[in-house]
Amino acid sequence: MSIEIRNIKKEFGSFTALNNVNLDVPSGELVALLGPSGCGKTTLLRIIAGLESPDTGSIHFHGQEATDRDVRERQVGFVFQHYALFRHMTVFENVAFGLRVRPKKTRPTEAEIHRRVHQLLELVQLDWLADRYPPQLSGGQRQRIALARALAVEPKVLLLDEPFGALDAKVRKDLRRWLRRLHDELHITSVFVTHDQEEALEVADRIVVMNQGKIEQIGTPQDVYDNPASPFVYKFLGNVNQFHSRVNEGQAHIGDISLTLNAHHSTQNSNALAYVRPHDIDVYTEQNGQPALQAIVSYIHAAGPLVRLELQPINETDTIEAEITRERFRELALNQGSHVYLKPRNVQVFLESAITQS
Amino acid sequence: MAKNKQKNVLPGFNLSLGYTLLYLSLIVLIPLSAAFFKTTELTFAEFWHTVTTPRVIASYKLTFGASLFAAVINAIFGLLTAWVLTRYTFPGKKLVDALVDLPFALPTAVAGIALTAVYATNGWLGSLLEPHGIKVAFTPLGVVVALTFIGLPFVVRTVQPVLEDLEAETEEAAASLGANRWQTFSRVILPALWPALLTGFALAFARAVGEYGSVIFIAGNMPMVSEITPLIIITKLEQYDYAGATAVAVVMLVISFLLLFAINGLQWWSSRRNSASR
Repeated sequence: MSIEIRNIKKEFGSFTALNNVNLDVPSGELVALLGPSGCGKTTLLRIIAGLESPDTGSIHFHGQEATDRDVRERQVGFVFQHYALFRHMTVFENVAFGLRVRPKKTRPTEAEIHRRVHQLLELVQLDWLADRYPPQLSGGQRQRIALARALAVEPKVLLLDEPFGALDAKVRKDLRRWLRRLHDELHITSVFVTHDQEEALEVADRIVVMNQGKIEQIGTPQDVYDNPASPFVYKFLGNVNQFHSRVNEGQAHIGDISLTLNAHHSTQNSNALAYVRPHDIDVYTEQNGQPALQAIVSYIHAAGPLVRLELQPINETDTIEAEITRERFRELALNQGSHVYLKPRNVQVFLESAITQS
Repeated sequence: MAKNKQKNVLPGFNLSLGYTLLYLSLIVLIPLSAAFFKTTELTFAEFWHTVTTPRVIASYKLTFGASLFAAVINAIFGLLTAWVLTRYTFPGKKLVDALVDLPFALPTAVAGIALTAVYATNGWLGSLLEPHGIKVAFTPLGVVVALTFIGLPFVVRTVQPVLEDLEAETEEAAASLGANRWQTFSRVILPALWPALLTGFALAFARAVGEYGSVIFIAGNMPMVSEITPLIIITKLEQYDYAGATAVAVVMLVISFLLLFAINGLQWWSSRRNSASR
């Protein structure tokens, strides 16, 4: 079932949680709402669920108006960050809850409930825990039970609020891959909230980047990572270096370097900010006759698949971060204090006038 | 105990247990066993006669019946009060919160006089109830009113912290799973509150059984109708019938103990079922 969100606005006192948000979630997609805390992503999720109502705007499920529909009638499955399991019920009863509270007419028989619950527990691979109580389970197990419970009512939409936020790094990684596989099996329209960009990039079909109650960018993970629509998205999705530059008739100037841009052809001599990812910076020990930024290696982090260099540019104050392969690192034979030449490969430029406007 | 001796940050099991037993003995056990001891001055036939005269039997019924009734009322309205105090904010909430404890602080005689003044046929409330044929002061109903008054804080104060700890998220989870309001309350909230509610109920009940000061003013103390057991004991004491007084006291003690024991058992059972080794 698709979700259409139109002009949603929500204020808490003087704080604007959502400012005119529009979003379409196509049927069967797994969408991530990504943003820093306080950006309104959880509020948006709760409005979709019906746990919160918007001040203005509307929500449509599959083209049908659902703004005033009660949470009980929305047929959404909601998974909470802190699981919200019923601790006085066994795992089995937790999952069966949604079936047992149905009105008599539509309530399945006891045998049918039994079959359905065990089927769901098998789906989350925890059938053997049916008789345990939630406090006896680990965090990862609890969250999978919470998911099984949400799926028991056969929701049309699955909503997950920071589902892996309370888990430790290893479990988190396993569980998000597992969630991706589960989604590929069930194809239920899902929206999940996260502040972890890595999680969003790995799991989601589509990422919605939010900031201060507004949507900054919507796109596939590759899209938002490779072509960030704003400096905010650039900074939020992974590490990035920021350079002050000037743009003149389609050319960006960073120090001595000139780059040809695909846009800004008619711009005359404006201040701009240029963004380069650490892995898009080439490091040389000799200048080779081409213009480059000169810098001193101030720190080397050699642990991990890539070698991370902290570089102090000679004419600037902000440090630059660069990532090079281990091979390249050996080739260059760098030490702390080495003098190097830097050439950015992939630069994106935002005019300062455009940034202050948004 | 010795088998699985655990390392503890704060040691001193033997010492603390020793003090606990000594303290309980001095404060509770020795005075109570004195009552049993005093009773042995009577032969069993005398004892049996003293504690089964119709007037005394009627007083047991009133004391335990009214206490149970008052505790039930307090359980229901105490829960409601605790709910309002934890879930909502409203002007004067702090004042209401403080008001709950007032029955603790008030001398019971003051409470009794105040209640009698209000519920007497010419009092503020009594005069309103009189035309409808409801008499409160000087009837068993008056006893229930007094016992409800003094037992109110127990349920509120035991349920309140548990209610505050309850995650609102579990209620939202229940709603998103399609549970209506009553189902959410009865299947999600109430089971979590049961142990605290039972504790509050037991405390309110125990307090009501032992209550004397506030009741004697409003009850009217008519034998067979509105005379409570503690009053019978006092009456016997005033007639220098010490053995008789302790005999009745012993019966009261045994019944109270059995009832509290039963409530504790229920509580243990429900909390075990509730959280199965949390």
